[in-house]
Amino acid sequence: MAEGSQEKVKVPRQRMPEQHPLVRARNFNEVPTGYSPETAQLEASRCLQCKKPSCMEGCPVGVKIPEFIKLIREGDFVGAARKIKETNALPAVCGRVCPQEVQCEGSCILSKKGEPVAIGHLERFCADFERSTHQVCVPAKAALNGKKVAVVGSGPAGLTVAGDLILLGYHVTIFEALHKPGGVLVYGIPEFRLPKDIVEAEVRYLQSLGVELQLNMVIGAIRSIKELMEKDGYDAVFIGVGAGTPQFLSIPGENLCGVYSANEYLTRANLLKSYQFPRYDTPLAKGRSVAVIGGGNVAMDSVRTALRLGADNAFIVYRRSIDEMPARREEIHHAQQEGVQFKILTNPEEVIGDERGWAKALKCIKMELGEPDAKGRRKPVPVRGSWFDIPVDLVIVAIGTNANPLLTANVPDLKLNERGYIQTDEHGRTSVPRVYAGGDIVTGSATVIQAMGAGRRAANAIHKDLTGEDAELPDVCSATM
Amino acid sequence: MNKVVERTELVPNVHKMVIEAPLLAKKARPGQFLIVMADEKGERIPISIGDWDEEAGTVTIFFLEAGVSTMKLAQKKAGDDLFAVVGPLGHPAKIARYGTVLLGGGCYGIGGITSIAKAMKAAGNKVIVVIEARSKYLLYNKEVLRNIADEYLETTSDGSSGVRGKVQDVVQFITNQQKVDLAYFIGCTFMMMNCSNATKGRHLKTMVSLNALMLDGTGMCGVCRVSVGGHTKFACVDGPEFDGHQVDWLQMIQRKSMYLQEEMLAYQYHTCRALAKRAQEEGG
Repeated sequence: MAEGSQEKVKVPRQRMPEQHPLVRARNFNEVPTGYSPETAQLEASRCLQCKKPSCMEGCPVGVKIPEFIKLIREGDFVGAARKIKETNALPAVCGRVCPQEVQCEGSCILSKKGEPVAIGHLERFCADFERSTHQVCVPAKAALNGKKVAVVGSGPAGLTVAGDLILLGYHVTIFEALHKPGGVLVYGIPEFRLPKDIVEAEVRYLQSLGVELQLNMVIGAIRSIKELMEKDGYDAVFIGVGAGTPQFLSIPGENLCGVYSANEYLTRANLLKSYQFPRYDTPLAKGRSVAVIGGGNVAMDSVRTALRLGADNAFIVYRRSIDEMPARREEIHHAQQEGVQFKILTNPEEVIGDERGWAKALKCIKMELGEPDAKGRRKPVPVRGSWFDIPVDLVIVAIGTNANPLLTANVPDLKLNERGYIQTDEHGRTSVPRVYAGGDIVTGSATVIQAMGAGRRAANAIHKDLTGEDAELPDVCSATM
Repeated sequence: MNKVVERTELVPNVHKMVIEAPLLAKKARPGQFLIVMADEKGERIPISIGDWDEEAGTVTIFFLEAGVSTMKLAQKKAGDDLFAVVGPLGHPAKIARYGTVLLGGGCYGIGGITSIAKAMKAAGNKVIVVIEARSKYLLYNKEVLRNIADEYLETTSDGSSGVRGKVQDVVQFITNQQKVDLAYFIGCTFMMMNCSNATKGRHLKTMVSLNALMLDGTGMCGVCRVSVGGHTKFACVDGPEFDGHQVDWLQMIQRKSMYLQEEMLAYQYHTCRALAKRAQEEGG
């Protein structure tokens, strides 16, 4: 540990100001409002500048954390943002949605004794500072190498691949099935957690570098992978289409009106802006009493969206206890503050409908935790005879997704695993030469930064396979935007 | 953005639209559908592909003006842009040599069956086409269908043309007269349900093209789920073609009418705004 560290630790972790729970539970504005430069510098002063930084090992893309924090401490916020961008193309996004508590911050040496440095907040601060002061720079690009790469899907994996390859001199085209780019960042993660203008800015940035974007293109339907390579002259294709297809519980009543998949509910609200209906045309049933089934981040996003759309009662229904929930602690905490009611150790058994075919109640049974299973998670078992009904008008099923076969089924030689996800080596190479994949369509549901890490590795592999060289990204700034 | 090449109101509230979409025109197959967004704030709505012209690089759709989204489409003129046109989605219709194929169309489905009728004829089937409308003036595509079909029949509820009644009423008559190997119906949900019920007791294989609510059209959201033979299917990626005898029609109709209230509200909102705008223009 560095000398004088005892003194440094005394500065407490700086909280990021937030909208009051009662206020924010009824609007779609972002919940945490950001650090001031003074707070950022104060927080940065807590970093011990470890010689062997364990925080970096916790980061899937290896952001040079102590270096960027040092720059913040010195007041060079733009320099800090650029330092992050050497390894992470989307810091404004990652600073908001990464699970830092199990990645960088979870590995921070300070977390052993007290609270870790707020690395996520600092990352967000510099990215926001750079963007809001119009100091985003366009890095120098390598000379065009005449090679074309198609990126299928514009989510975090696809954006990362495109961002890396464009700097290395490739002609890059992103194909997106929806009418807006960003994938899960746009249709899935709500405005109050990730403002959409941030995603738009990131996409505009890639376009300013020369990335071509083709919207409304469902690859697999309008163009096959084979056609992209053989007819359209792409030298390589990266598949980053996400996992995609929602799982349901297979309980009676699941097709009643008022029962949504989380994908549908969030897509209506986020991508199609149903919360501004009828100014936007897409409707969304407004529930007075909404039950969200599941305990992950998507469940928290759904239940908090339901509150903002005017629910009096918004429930999380989860069959294990809060400790077992896969959602980030911060998200659970935010949901609790806003008034979400947690029905834990509760298993839904049936959606009960009214005479018009609408959901009116969720029949549940109480659970208790039994013996730990092979993974050490205690298995919930029903408590005999403990049925009860939750009166609801909306039910949102947020229990995960399966691989969407729309694209993969049409690529004959593409090896999939038994669950339908694409098999790749550790660099994202699939069983088809010059076809690469990364993100949820390889791993199943995971995080934004993991998808970005996969994108980074695939971009390196593409470069290596097409040119025989190792990727070395230029970091010199040629102009500001 | 896709350009509108032509938009014609064929009969009151039923429109034909030809859209510039060269890549789509190369890939379209009978029975597939598009997701269309009229403008940036619009809904994503599924519409059957009625026809296409690979050489001209266009696809043709037929739609009923019934709410805000279709009203917006109906207001487009040649040369206007559509915000998004996505496809071709869903499985193509299973075209094969069945023998005798009976095709029934109502409403937008009169346009919808056209490409299927053509393909079934080309595959060597005897094609019987029956179309329905409330009255004579609501029938369209008549010449096209008459030319494709071996037997062609019109039905109207008021008896102003052809048989008085609906497709469901003549299905029995036709199947009594001759052996039919496949029935295929496209129209509003109610019409498809009634026609499927009419063929049910006759061991006549019956296919329908379901017009469920959709968002992405690629299997991502699940709003289009429908019970078929007791199993939940997604109309967008498992269909849109299903066995009409296996579909849970009540559920299908209920799910389709989920947003009826909101649709009325949106329609009022847009028509009132349009009126207010006109009043302002005239007043100013």
